[in-house]
Amino acid sequence: MLKSLKFRAILVLVFLVIFAVFLVPNFVDLKGAAKRYLPSDKIRLGLDLKGGMHLLLAMDTSKMMENMTDRKFNGLKDGMIRDGVRFLNLERKGEVISVSIKADQKDKLYNLLGKEYPDLKVATSRTEGDVLSVDLSMVEKEANQLKENAVRQALETIRNRIDQFGVSEPIIVQQGEDRILVQLPGVKDPERALELIGRTAQLEFKLVDEDNAAKYSSTGVVPEGDELLPMKSRNRETGVTSTTQILVKKQSLLTGDLLTDARVRIGGEVAGEPYVAIEFSSEGARLFDQITGANVGKRLAIVLDNTVYSAPVIRERISGGKAQITGSFSMDEATDLAIVLRAGALPAPVKVIQNITIGPALGQDSIRRGVYAAILGALLIIFFMVFYYKASGIVADIALFVNMIYLLGAFAALKATMTLPGIAGIILTMGIGVDTNVLIFERIREELRLGKTVRAAIDGGYSKAWVTIFDAHITTLITTFILFMFGTGPIKGFAVTLSIGIVINLFTAVFGSKVIFDWVLQKYKPRSLSI
Amino acid sequence: MAFIEIVKKTHIDFIGLRKRAFVLSFVLVGLGLLAFVMVLLGKANESVDFTGGTALQIRFSTQVPIHDLRAALLQGGISDVQIQEVTGTRDFLIKTKLSDVGQEKIQGKVGKILSASFKDKKFEILSANMVGASVGKELKKDAVIAIVLAMLCIVAYIWWRFTFIFGIAATIATFHDVLAMLGLFYVLHLEMNILFITALLTVAGYSLTDTVVVFDRIRENMGKMKSRDEFGGVINKSINEVLSRTLITSLTVLLVLAALLVLGGEVLFDFSLALFIGVLVGTYSSIFVASPLVYIWRKRAA
Repeated sequence: MLKSLKFRAILVLVFLVIFAVFLVPNFVDLKGAAKRYLPSDKIRLGLDLKGGMHLLLAMDTSKMMENMTDRKFNGLKDGMIRDGVRFLNLERKGEVISVSIKADQKDKLYNLLGKEYPDLKVATSRTEGDVLSVDLSMVEKEANQLKENAVRQALETIRNRIDQFGVSEPIIVQQGEDRILVQLPGVKDPERALELIGRTAQLEFKLVDEDNAAKYSSTGVVPEGDELLPMKSRNRETGVTSTTQILVKKQSLLTGDLLTDARVRIGGEVAGEPYVAIEFSSEGARLFDQITGANVGKRLAIVLDNTVYSAPVIRERISGGKAQITGSFSMDEATDLAIVLRAGALPAPVKVIQNITIGPALGQDSIRRGVYAAILGALLIIFFMVFYYKASGIVADIALFVNMIYLLGAFAALKATMTLPGIAGIILTMGIGVDTNVLIFERIREELRLGKTVRAAIDGGYSKAWVTIFDAHITTLITTFILFMFGTGPIKGFAVTLSIGIVINLFTAVFGSKVIFDWVLQKYKPRSLSI
Repeated sequence: MAFIEIVKKTHIDFIGLRKRAFVLSFVLVGLGLLAFVMVLLGKANESVDFTGGTALQIRFSTQVPIHDLRAALLQGGISDVQIQEVTGTRDFLIKTKLSDVGQEKIQGKVGKILSASFKDKKFEILSANMVGASVGKELKKDAVIAIVLAMLCIVAYIWWRFTFIFGIAATIATFHDVLAMLGLFYVLHLEMNILFITALLTVAGYSLTDTVVVFDRIRENMGKMKSRDEFGGVINKSINEVLSRTLITSLTVLLVLAALLVLGGEVLFDFSLALFIGVLVGTYSSIFVASPLVYIWRKRAA
């Protein structure tokens, strides 16, 4: 069947129509019925062509584990006091809790651990005299579970934040164990987006320790149970931001996970200035009511990511679960703060370990240059082939054109993403496509030199060149597969175009141009060949 | 029948030229090994993709002298910095191994410094590429793995399709090309980035294609060989037979690469140049390295 010229010609044309249909949306906007039944996606452009931001975030889960261990530590301390386990020493070192007890307290301690802390395991224990020292750490499975959950939660939170920020078609995926890849095509204000995504947004309410403030400023020693936090304030007239230190109680009375809503409002203390109005859940409202009731006259610090935004004096008990965060924000700052508070905090801080930002101007520039280069390359090849191989060169040029339609159509059909190296891949595919035809034509010339007839020379040329063409394409295909496996975004684009190009080239080199030759042979039965 | 021919039927003694060719090849490979050592020592011009750091492309609205820019950045506290002017534009490439100064990201810091130092001029950050040191190390490791793996796969394929000797010769020729590209890039002080690695792999594939074409013909002609002594002649004959195809295909690929070089713009220039160099070296090696190696091996074995 493959021998039948009609069959091969129809095959080539059918593919041509199918792939051309996939390209239609790039030229005209489809409407109505056409839109419903035909593919309607344009070829997707990568960040390097469209402009946008590519971020790789690494989660600092050790910080989260420390916090978790801290919580266990506090619980264990209370538990030991309650159960009357006498201890000589109890401290937390990073992710490890160290306990020293008299040997006779061992049973009581292990009882408590077994009953209430199944997720803690004894990492090491040693006895010196009658003193038993035990290092406790989280059970590995438990810790991994926590980390996994943290990454999942972070993905969710970041997705929420980006959705509310408003970026079309963002990509937010986990990469490896503790990394998150974020791609924001066409984002207008990358710095602001980065600020929004990277922020932990851990909101806490802490009491300002005014009783000890005077003592601290004279001695310079931070009292037990207190901490020193930076407080930013902006001079409303000059707009200059300054940072001061403020002494607060370490214990956080209320955290951001009890919020149900956060909105930007304008007005309040200073007319025309935006602030963020927050609403607590019923549990949060109850706690807030208690805290404010018990501390009237004191200052309550509103702490976000260990920076104090404001520390207003509690004038009266606040019921109803509503509060405001002021801090001489700009409108954008207030909007972003509201977004992160609504979307929730990240379970652990994230660090940006890769940030590729491409401005839209550069992307358009790249597309234009890539397209020009492709057109020039195509023209050079077309003219060269006609110059060198005459009428056969035209056949090769037609095959090249068909090749390009197939390649771009397949690219659109696969919904692959076009990148700048991808355009280079297309141009290289043109080169390889011509290479194939040169191989075949040179073989045909050799056959003709041996005095074979036109038909015999063409058949011989194609069949003898085939082995070489196949080997050549396979070796290139191997490299493109490896590029695809190891490459990141833009390189993947190159690998995809090149590998599609190679597969299609194998098809058109053998079917495309051969069909034309065979048709001419059948119809005109030429005595000589223009090659 | 008359054909337009760039190369008429030739009878060049390629095997006889092998010693001169090997001198050139030793120089190229030597340069490549030097460059490889320099890359390992971190003394080559590697992009931030591999070293970690920040690369910025900045466009000013009006012309700015490069030394003013350097002075401004130095004053702003960014000292370890390379600045390159993109000729014929108002663009600059700024590269540093730092990813942040204190709490601040380099990108933001540079933005602030520039708006403070060049108050009357507008500028735009066209692109920014920040890579953390750990990611850089991983990318470098991945690149090395990719190159080695690709080479191994290709060589395995050649072994399977031909014989052990051909496989070894093709491998050496491919390493020759990759090292030559590395060496030339090092000497020209061009930046080695992920695109350069892509070019290396593409050329490895391309050069093998060329080698395979020659080997295919050698194998075909070996079938007609009557005695072992004719082997050198068979190789010469085979190379001469495929010479026009080798040169013409290289020429067509070089034509499109030239188009990319001229019109592809800053981002693609180094990439196209790498491919251009690679195609030249690959064509040379398939004629002057791969086949003579097979010849020498055979002669020794006999």
